[in-house]
Amino acid sequence: MKQTLVRQDSYFDSVFLMLLGRELRSLPGVAEASAVMATGANLDLLRALGWPGEDLAGAGPDDLVVAVDGADAAALERALEAAQRLLARKRAPAGAPASLAAAAAATPGANLAVISLPAGHAVREARKALEMGLHVLLFTDKVPLADEIALKALSREKGLLMMGPDCGTAIINGKPLCFANAVSRGPVGVVGASGTGIQEVTCLVDRFRSGISQAIGTGARDLKSAGVGGSTTLMAIEALAQDDDTNVIVVVSKPPARDLAARVVEALEAAGKPAVVHFVGLEPEPPRPGSVVCYAGNLEEAAAMAVALAEGRPYQPRVFSLPPAEIEAILERETRGLLPAQRFLRGYYTGGTLADEAWMLLHRRIGAVRALNQADPACVLADPRVSVGHTVVDLGDDRFTASRPHPMIDPGTRTERILAELDDPGIAVALVDVVLGYGSHQDPAGALAPALAALKKAARRRGGHLPVLASITGTPRDFQNLAGQQAALEAAGCVVLPSNHQAAMLAALLLERLERGGGAP
Amino acid sequence: MNVEPILGLFRQELTVLNLGLSAFAENLRANGAEAVQLAWKPPAGGGRAMLEALDRIGDQVEGANRRAAGIILAGRPMLVGLGAALDAVPGMTPATVLHPGPPIAWARMGGPLRAAVVAGLLREGLARTGEEAAALASGGVRFAPCHDHQAVAPAAGVITAGTPVWIVADAASGRRAFCPLAPDAGSPAGLARVLDRALRTRGPVDLKALLAQALSMGDDGRDRNRAAASLFIRALAPALAGLDEPGELRAGVLAWLDAGDGFFLRLSMAACKCILDPARGVAGSTVVVAMACNGTEFGIRVAGLGDRWFTGPAPAEDPGDAAVAETAGLGSFCLATSQDALQCTARMRQITAAEDPCWTLFGPDPRGAPTGIDLRKVVETGILPAIGAGAAGPVKPPLSSFREALAAFAENGL
Repeated sequence: MKQTLVRQDSYFDSVFLMLLGRELRSLPGVAEASAVMATGANLDLLRALGWPGEDLAGAGPDDLVVAVDGADAAALERALEAAQRLLARKRAPAGAPASLAAAAAATPGANLAVISLPAGHAVREARKALEMGLHVLLFTDKVPLADEIALKALSREKGLLMMGPDCGTAIINGKPLCFANAVSRGPVGVVGASGTGIQEVTCLVDRFRSGISQAIGTGARDLKSAGVGGSTTLMAIEALAQDDDTNVIVVVSKPPARDLAARVVEALEAAGKPAVVHFVGLEPEPPRPGSVVCYAGNLEEAAAMAVALAEGRPYQPRVFSLPPAEIEAILERETRGLLPAQRFLRGYYTGGTLADEAWMLLHRRIGAVRALNQADPACVLADPRVSVGHTVVDLGDDRFTASRPHPMIDPGTRTERILAELDDPGIAVALVDVVLGYGSHQDPAGALAPALAALKKAARRRGGHLPVLASITGTPRDFQNLAGQQAALEAAGCVVLPSNHQAAMLAALLLERLERGGGAP
Repeated sequence: MNVEPILGLFRQELTVLNLGLSAFAENLRANGAEAVQLAWKPPAGGGRAMLEALDRIGDQVEGANRRAAGIILAGRPMLVGLGAALDAVPGMTPATVLHPGPPIAWARMGGPLRAAVVAGLLREGLARTGEEAAALASGGVRFAPCHDHQAVAPAAGVITAGTPVWIVADAASGRRAFCPLAPDAGSPAGLARVLDRALRTRGPVDLKALLAQALSMGDDGRDRNRAAASLFIRALAPALAGLDEPGELRAGVLAWLDAGDGFFLRLSMAACKCILDPARGVAGSTVVVAMACNGTEFGIRVAGLGDRWFTGPAPAEDPGDAAVAETAGLGSFCLATSQDALQCTARMRQITAAEDPCWTLFGPDPRGAPTGIDLRKVVETGILPAIGAGAAGPVKPPLSSFREALAAFAENGL
């Protein structure tokens, strides 16, 4: 039985609606449920799926439609009641301002607009915010490049921070914005073009007993597009150069467009403060004599170098936190009992930059690692939904988030993928990230652990053993409880490493040992 | 490279306006930062044409809107007396009927307005029966909006030649505005004459100041007039008592004033009309200077769009110009006596250009009444002016009239 509920004049954001749909689908007797704004495309889709067209007549883009397919009238009624209840809870307070102008007028001292609206509207609101003299964090992605260039030009003219579009993380004045962790304040200023890259670096700075002055997200395209030209990155470097509370500047990004890497380094030289640069996946350049800029080879090293510089002591390179003997013991233990068919790496990631860091390292070490954004066309994952050979998949990629929330919010995307690949006898090692912090799921390890346990159990049933390596991006003050998250992973039989780089490195060593035949029973 | 504003941000407390995912605001608040979650909806209902119109107009109108709001705030409406419409109201003729709301022909009038027209024609002696009046109305009289004659009329009140009207004049410019006195079956013969004499003996009553006092006592200047009516009686009583009129008549007039607060709505309306009219014609301004209903259509006028009305279907069958009160910041714009009312005022602040420093609110929100409705903000937010607060709650004016006006403004108003 199919029924719809139309609520006029009710705007809700897409993440909320996706979660609402999931909530309704989990109710007994509900076969299908979705909650969408009544745009033309959504209405066509609902009609095509068999919801009665007459119920939807007259609904417009400002109206909300909840569509439920239930076993019987009682199930329908329960679902629609639940929908009403959840919607009522979500409703903005009656006096809440409806426009930026009204909000600014009612909020003396407002200095930052955080915008996570659909792309078409987000650009307009971001422009208005800049025109009003507000700094902007634009979380929205898929913003046309021309709009990004125009917004950033306006922000330069006004001297305002334009973080994003596609900026998922920032920490300003110690306050977490969007997906950010509860890190200590301190002397390290971070500029980053990637969300989980900033999260990993800031958490590790915190782990190394230092702290963050400011962490400024720039948006993924800032350094990647010659048109954008590193606008936000360069402004952020200049601001951190002049900020008395910042002693060390860290820049983290995917490899920049031609010439932009050099401009970043020039800006850091001009800033004159000790600086660390890490371009994810690139081998570090050797330090130039007399330069303030150091190059880190991975996210953890970027954090470690920055803390050493802040404390005025030499940086001591090392890969693992544990002593070599303990790493050896883990390798010994985890490679014992693998079957000859077990040859391949499977990385199941929720953090995009963490996935990149892992596949790039492993691709260099063991070769032929497939990923969605592989530079080598032969290694691009042909069907994003199916892992083949060595595969590291970023489940937060656009291809998985079109119709459901990001896996950092809704862990289901990842657990379903793992469960779908349980029976692949080729899996030799599984590699996962767990990202804590604001914005993330309340218990990501708890949601993931049963799938990992099932993966291990499936390998045991085949007579083998499956090592699972994990790292957690988080701090002890994150609300998910870092220690509890680690315990949940360990209880499922995972080896938990202190950083994504260490986890990927251990996976590489493990696979190399298997290659050499070290996996004999 | 100028990064001074960024360094300024680093030194300030982070104060965030959040548009979209509400968890972001909640997380900031949990960390001790101030974060305001917007009740964001696709602006202008998501329509591309309206967004383009809004963007075309942009902030160019700010200066003109400040001027219009300044004119409205500077108004000093003084009640000076009463007179017959034919003598007092400019352009009035014996065969003219002034009606509330935007222009409308007899054929399109609804029942309540027709009844008022017929009663007016009978009162004037222009017709002897209802049928005669109806026949006359369909061709033999001139209909015009009160608003085009510096006048306003509440409910189904029409103004005909003999209608006694309150006369309000702006202290500085002398410009006048009118509203019917509306005697009823219980009013003493000579009510208008005695009130006029008393007023002229006493001298003008400053309605802006009187309303300011009344608001501070819990009135709203539109539907709640207990304080204003009392203050008015108090202002007039000494002069009235001293008139050389029969004692019974003087007592009758006082008793009539005391019998209901409703008479004061008409003073308030005339005052608001007097305040708003000078803002008509401020070029380039998107401030709304009139909102009114003829029972068939609801219409608005915009400062920068001349005399043109922009109309949509009437939200209620009752005609009336009483929304002139909200247009000037009274009524549900400044009612502050309950949580709902405060929230309503907060919403109205989002669609207005100014606050009236003289008309401050009663209760916990000490700010001034929001005034100078900005067409742009209405269309952008979809927040409609809240009009009246009767038993059925506020009347919802048609958004279409505001959208049409905005389109016209983008075309011709700049």
